[in-house]
Amino acid sequence: MKRILTSLICIFAFSSGVLANAKIDTSIKHPDLTQAIESAALAGGHANELAKPTKNISLSFEELAVSLIKAKYSAKKDILLDIAEINDPRVLPFIQSILKGELFYIKKTKQLIYRELQDNKKYLVTSALNNTQLGEFKKRKLKKVGINNNLRGEIKTIIARIQISSQDSNLRKQAALEILKGANETFLSLINLAISKETDASISEILVTAQSIIHLQSQESQKRLDAIKVLHGSLYVESRNALSLFINENNASVSEEIKQELIQAQEALLAIDKLVKFNNVAENIYFGISLGSVLLLAAIGLAITFGVMGVINMAHGEMIMLGAYTTFVIQQLMPNHAGISLVVAIPAAFLVSGLMGVIIERTVIRHLYGRPLETLLATFGISLVLQQAVRSIFGPLNQDVITPSWMAGTFSVNAGLELTFNRLYIIIFSLMVLAALALVLKKTLFGLQMRAVTMNRPMASSMGIRTGWVDALTFGLGSGIAGIAGVALSQLTNVGPNLGQAYIIDSFMVVVFGGVGNLWGTLVGAMSLGIANKVFEPMAGAVLAKIIVLVAIILFIQKRPRGLFALKGRAVED
Amino acid sequence: MSTLHNISENQKDIKLGPIATLLVGDKGGQRLIMALIALAIIFPFCNLVFPQDSFLHVSTYTLTLTGKYLCYALLALSVDLIWGYCGILSLGQGAFFALGGYAMGMYLMRQIGDRGVYGNAELPDFMVFLDWKELPWYWFGFDQFWFASIMVLVVPGILAFVFGWLAFRSRVTGVYLSIITQALTYALMLAFFRNDMGFGGNNGLTDFKDILGFDLQSSSTRSALFIASALSVVLGYLISRFITTSKLGRVLVSIRDAEMRTRFLGYKVEYYKLFVFVVSAMMAGVAGALYVPQVGIINPGEFTPIYSIEIIIWVAIGGRGTLFGAVIGAIAVNYAKTYFTGAFAELWLFMLGGLFVMATLYLPKGIVGFVRDIKQGDGISNRFYLLFKNKVSTKLSSKGSV
Repeated sequence: MKRILTSLICIFAFSSGVLANAKIDTSIKHPDLTQAIESAALAGGHANELAKPTKNISLSFEELAVSLIKAKYSAKKDILLDIAEINDPRVLPFIQSILKGELFYIKKTKQLIYRELQDNKKYLVTSALNNTQLGEFKKRKLKKVGINNNLRGEIKTIIARIQISSQDSNLRKQAALEILKGANETFLSLINLAISKETDASISEILVTAQSIIHLQSQESQKRLDAIKVLHGSLYVESRNALSLFINENNASVSEEIKQELIQAQEALLAIDKLVKFNNVAENIYFGISLGSVLLLAAIGLAITFGVMGVINMAHGEMIMLGAYTTFVIQQLMPNHAGISLVVAIPAAFLVSGLMGVIIERTVIRHLYGRPLETLLATFGISLVLQQAVRSIFGPLNQDVITPSWMAGTFSVNAGLELTFNRLYIIIFSLMVLAALALVLKKTLFGLQMRAVTMNRPMASSMGIRTGWVDALTFGLGSGIAGIAGVALSQLTNVGPNLGQAYIIDSFMVVVFGGVGNLWGTLVGAMSLGIANKVFEPMAGAVLAKIIVLVAIILFIQKRPRGLFALKGRAVED
Repeated sequence: MSTLHNISENQKDIKLGPIATLLVGDKGGQRLIMALIALAIIFPFCNLVFPQDSFLHVSTYTLTLTGKYLCYALLALSVDLIWGYCGILSLGQGAFFALGGYAMGMYLMRQIGDRGVYGNAELPDFMVFLDWKELPWYWFGFDQFWFASIMVLVVPGILAFVFGWLAFRSRVTGVYLSIITQALTYALMLAFFRNDMGFGGNNGLTDFKDILGFDLQSSSTRSALFIASALSVVLGYLISRFITTSKLGRVLVSIRDAEMRTRFLGYKVEYYKLFVFVVSAMMAGVAGALYVPQVGIINPGEFTPIYSIEIIIWVAIGGRGTLFGAVIGAIAVNYAKTYFTGAFAELWLFMLGGLFVMATLYLPKGIVGFVRDIKQGDGISNRFYLLFKNKVSTKLSSKGSV
């Protein structure tokens, strides 16, 4: 675990180092950058604050907007440029709606509107200029404000221009990425200006990358060289594409200068590839750890029932399923609070699955202690019954469990590596469950009694421990934790009657691999299986990876029939 | 002890053939074999001779269905041989069954020739569909029936040998063995689901036309397959009986009851286990090979771990460690399955699950053990029986008095 953590930390450290490097590069190796910015500032362009007065500037937003209706395509461009220069919050959504084809006007009154389809096939019309409702109209009374492809490109530039000077840094970042995607000469002055004003490091990095991509096509050798240096190890897809395009275009060239540049470019490309590879490995390990923690959650309960009690609970998967369905039901009960319902679902799932576990133990398993194979068959029967019960109640289809907003989303480590939050939460959650369980086993009276019964039942019984109840509660605890695993799994996979089936074999593998009766072994087993699965996956494909892991475990068990961390003892058999 | 003595005395008196010797003292087995042989004669006869609307006519559907049950019976026998007599609870027996089935399926696939949808004489349809240019090496030879028949035995046998050799040598026993056999069949299932494996992927092998030149759809071919299935159950029974009554069988039972003690007595436990495991895998393979032409399809679903566990329940319900109990269990449970999935589809899983629980809790020796207990007048079953009998008799008597 320690090693995994260290490597993770290394990854973070390294990638942030790379970012820092890139920033230093831009400031040192771009003496001409400031120049460019100055020239851009002089040239003016169409950015808001520096706009020079045009002939239409005296007109208001409303007047300009209405003039769009009658204008030709070529004239629309100028009008839009003028509109863009007005400092008004309505401008951006207005121009965006044109791009999306959502801006209409009423044929009769020439009012610009947005429309919304009603149930009665009429459109509810809202004014685009002052947001008042104008009533319902039939389709043929409305007409779209048309644009052509040429204009579409222009509008994109205009939108980028407005967004890049917005106050909202998220919006600016989006705009920067948009610019990066379509980086070409026309953006250059805009980019230069934006860089000079940008305070957010991550956004200016994107902008500098875009600038370098454009510079790569410039006529000056020095500019190209500098651009290559900036793009060295840059993780944006666009930089890689631009570099390989550059290499392909100039491959045949004989000039010494360009040859030098080509070498540099190739090195830059190699550096990118190396980083991408590194990113992939890091991502695989992250996926591996998250899969491992899912396995951990699924297997901890089994580690108790199978490891501590020696009961093979084939219905364990169904306990997980019950937990997932509990989450679903609770979400149905409080439909507007997805986040809270998930928190409520954790104890609820524990109770539902735990109770079911106690019932199963009291009615069936109690009679089968010491006959592990019979227990296996009986609990398998129970698993069939539970599956069919759920199928009869909820139907055979998968249920839709909502993911709360704080679970969604990603955080980006660097430009090429984005990690999803839900996996991160699951990793943390599974470790918390493990810790809580370890605490219960080591520090509470129940844990003490449980361990005592496991070690020596008759002796524990003669010391006054009610072994029957300890058995029932232990089984309940194991099942309850499976229920909690179900809550977590409901956020990752489909919630259906067969949910448990998918995890039961993997869980057994984890417990058998890690060694029975050992939480530490379960943790190591789950993590190594998870990571092994995900590391093999890119090499061999998902299914083959799973087969490889299964075969590896089968072979491993030959070597160590009692798992990685076997309990040491004198018992040879039984 | 006394019964054994009686048997040996009997043997002295009458000269018995080798087969009859096997069945001495095994009333259940004798009856079972009689029944199977009778079935093998009557069913095809009724199917072929009597016209369709006759009362005595047995439809080809019933014939095929019963043939399927017989294949399951052979499969159950193979499980009882290792579980009932050697304590090896394999949750992967279905894998051997499916492998045998695939070997036969490959032969049947090659028999289609150019009558497939794509009309390619060299390649099965699914390979043409996947744009394969030539037959993979492991398909060579499967156009010959004799080769396929050998493979039906050899493939499951080799897998069982390798797997068993690894597992038994390192003393993986009990629950651990069950779980890794389950992992084995699970891994095979995943593998066979892949299109790249060259076994038809998800759809498996199907659309068979004929076997050895006989049309698979005709009732006479079906009858022949039925007879073959019945006879192979008989043969499988005799082989199992031969193994379990031999000295080796005694060692197997002692391994089941006290593996360590047997090892300490100087027996090489792993070789005994390996032998019986391989034999059982081959039997399962034959069952699969007979199953495929009757059912007309083999796909990776047969590898599903649940099916393998279901086989165990046939044996458990029939009566573990009795051989003929396994046959009874397989036929009874599958008949019930066919009936209930048709009549109350929803209820079947409840019933199957309930059967698992009830059988392990209240019928630890299965149907056979239940009947035996009643006959011998002891055990829980007998108490139930007496209770029931008394109630009935008191009811009857009270009615009589009125």
